[in-house]
Amino acid sequence: MIDQLFVSGYTAVMRIVEKFVPGWLATVISILLRIGAIAAIAPAIMMYLTWLERKIIARMQNRLGPNRVGPYGLAQPLADGLKMLIKEDIVPRGADHLLHFLGPVLAVVPAILVFAVIPFGRNMVAVDLDVGVLYVLAVTSISSYAIFIGGWASRSKFSVLGAIRSVAQIISYEVPSVLSVVVLLMVVGRLSTVAIVEAQAQQWFVFTPWGFIGAAIFFLSGIAEVNRTPFDMPEAESELVGGFHTEYSGMKFALWYMGEFLGAFAISAFTTTFFLGGWQGPSLPLWPMCLLMIPVVATAARMPKLLRAIGVVALAAAAPGLVGETVPSWMWFLSKTYALVFVLVWLRGTFPRLRVDQLMGLAWKFLLPMALINIVAAGVWVMWPGVVGTVVSAAMLAISVVVLVRLNAPAPLQPRRYVLVD
Amino acid sequence: MACFWQALAGGGMIGAGVLKGMALTFREFLGTYPAFRWVLERVGVTTNSGIVTSEYPEKKLEHPERFRYFPFLVYDGTPENLRCVSCKICEQECPPQCIHILGPAKDAQGRPLKVNGRTIPEKFDIDMSICMSCRICVDVCPFDAIEMDNQYEFAVTDRFGPLVFDKNQLLRSNEYFQKIKPIEAATVDQRLAAKAKKAAPAASAAAPAAGQPSQPATTSQ
Repeated sequence: MIDQLFVSGYTAVMRIVEKFVPGWLATVISILLRIGAIAAIAPAIMMYLTWLERKIIARMQNRLGPNRVGPYGLAQPLADGLKMLIKEDIVPRGADHLLHFLGPVLAVVPAILVFAVIPFGRNMVAVDLDVGVLYVLAVTSISSYAIFIGGWASRSKFSVLGAIRSVAQIISYEVPSVLSVVVLLMVVGRLSTVAIVEAQAQQWFVFTPWGFIGAAIFFLSGIAEVNRTPFDMPEAESELVGGFHTEYSGMKFALWYMGEFLGAFAISAFTTTFFLGGWQGPSLPLWPMCLLMIPVVATAARMPKLLRAIGVVALAAAAPGLVGETVPSWMWFLSKTYALVFVLVWLRGTFPRLRVDQLMGLAWKFLLPMALINIVAAGVWVMWPGVVGTVVSAAMLAISVVVLVRLNAPAPLQPRRYVLVD
Repeated sequence: MACFWQALAGGGMIGAGVLKGMALTFREFLGTYPAFRWVLERVGVTTNSGIVTSEYPEKKLEHPERFRYFPFLVYDGTPENLRCVSCKICEQECPPQCIHILGPAKDAQGRPLKVNGRTIPEKFDIDMSICMSCRICVDVCPFDAIEMDNQYEFAVTDRFGPLVFDKNQLLRSNEYFQKIKPIEAATVDQRLAAKAKKAAPAASAAAPAAGQPSQPATTSQ
C-alpha cells in the first residue's frame, strides 16, 4: 500500500477528474499533475541538497555547518533563497543581455527535464520514454551550451576562460559517459529507464564485472559533467574567481547553482537507475525501520520537545500498523540516490581539484579505453552466461585497469641537480 | 619496451591512496557524532578531537590575558580621581587619530582645575569605529591612565554616533583592570607605587620649605 502511495493518490485524483471533465482536458490535467509534481520536487531537492552538502562537508572538517536558522539550520536554504531573490541583479556593461539571461535558464531547464524519465519507484515515472537513456544523454549535454553562452555573454575574461575549460571538459567526459551506458543496451536491449530497472530484478548490474566498471565510469564522468569538485575546473574559485558565473548575481546566480545541484542529483539518480537496481531491493519489513527511527527522533536535541514527543508517539503507533509492509520501492530508490549524493560530497570533501592536463588525461587515457574494454567485457558476459563469462570478463577488466593505470602513471622525475650548489 | 614492463611492475595497490584519503575524511565525519565516536573508540580507531566549533553567542571562548580590544581610562577609587592629566600624548600618537581630548579643565578664573593635584581632561572621546586596537596609547601614556579592555561586544545599529565613547563610558576602576589583566595590572601598580615613593620624600621636603603651596584643590564638581 505504502509502495504505491503516490501512484494510488494520482490514480484517485485522475478517476475523479475523468468523471467531471471531457477526455482531452483529463489528459491535460494528467500532464499538469506530473509536471506539477516535478516542478515542486526539483527546487525542494536542490535547496536541501545545499543544506545536506554544507552539513556533511562541515562534519568532515570537524565543524557544525549551518545551525542558526531553525533547528539544525533546516531553514537555512529558505533564508538563502530569499536572500538570492532580493539581491540586486547586476549585468556587466558590454554584456549581451539576452544571452546573459539565457545562460542560467538553459542550465536549469535540462536539469529539470531529465526528472521526467527518472523512475522514482514502481510505476512512479512521469513518462516512460522508449528512448529514455538517449533522452537523458541528449538533454544533459545541453548544459555545455548553457555554460558557454553564460560565460561568453558576461564579457569577462574569467568567465570566458571558465566557459572554455567547461566545454572542453564536458565534451571529453561525454564520450566515456555515453560509452559506459552502451553496455546496458547490449544486456537489456531497450533504452527505456523503466525496462532497465526491471531487468535488474534478479541482480543489480553493479554486481557484475562490467556493471561495476560501467557504474564507476558513468558516475565519475557524471561528476565531471556537472562540474563538481574534484572536477570543478570551469569554476575554479582559486584561479578564475568564479569561472563562468563570475559576472552573475542574485537569482541568476542561484539558477546556476540550481542547475549544478539538480545535475548532481540527476547523476546520482541515473547511476542508481542504470547500475544500482533503481527502485529494486530485497523485501525488508518496514516496521523495524520505524522502530529504529524512534531513538533518532527522541535524541534530536535541537528539535522542540513537543515535536519530538509527537514524532515518537506517531512512529510507535505506526509500527504495529506497518507489520506486513515491506520497504517501499521509492524509499529504496531515494536511499540509494542519497547514498550516492553522500559519495559525491565525500569526494568533494576529500580530494583537491585536478589539474587541467590530469583532468583530460583521466578522460581520454583512462576512462575512454576502459569504457571500450567494458563493452567487450559485457559482450563476453552475454556470450557465455554463468560463471565462465563472469570470470573471463572480470579478469579482462582487472588486467586492463592495472595496465592502464600503470601505463598512465607519471614518469618518475629525475632528482634535480643544483649546478651552482654542487 | 623495458620502460613498458617497468611501468607495469611499479607502484603499490591501485587506488590505495584514494581509499586512504576517503577513509580519513569518513573517519572524521563519524568522529563528530557522539554515538559513532563511542563505537570508533571501542573498535580502536583514533579520531581527532571531534567538533571544534564554539557556538559563539551561547558559549564564549576564554581569551588569553593579553587579548585586547578597545582602550579605557583607569581611575583609582572614585571616578573623579582618574589618572589622566590630559597631556594629550595619546591623542598625538594615535595612528588612526581616534582620540579627541579637550582640556585640561579650567575653573571660572581660567586656572587649571585640579583633582588630587592633577589636572583633568574636560572631554575625552574615543571613536571606537576608528580605533584599530594597536595599544600605542597605552605604551606612550606616562601616567598609566589608559589601558586596553578585553570586552568586544559593542554592536550598535548606527555607524557613527553610538561608537564615539565619552569620558563616562570609558572610565573603569583600577580594580576592574586588576580583575581582567592581573599580571599587567600588577606591574602597573608596582611602577606607580615606586613613582609615589620617589615623589613622597621630595614632596615632604618641599612642603615645609614652600610654606604655602597651592593646596590640592579638592573641588568636586
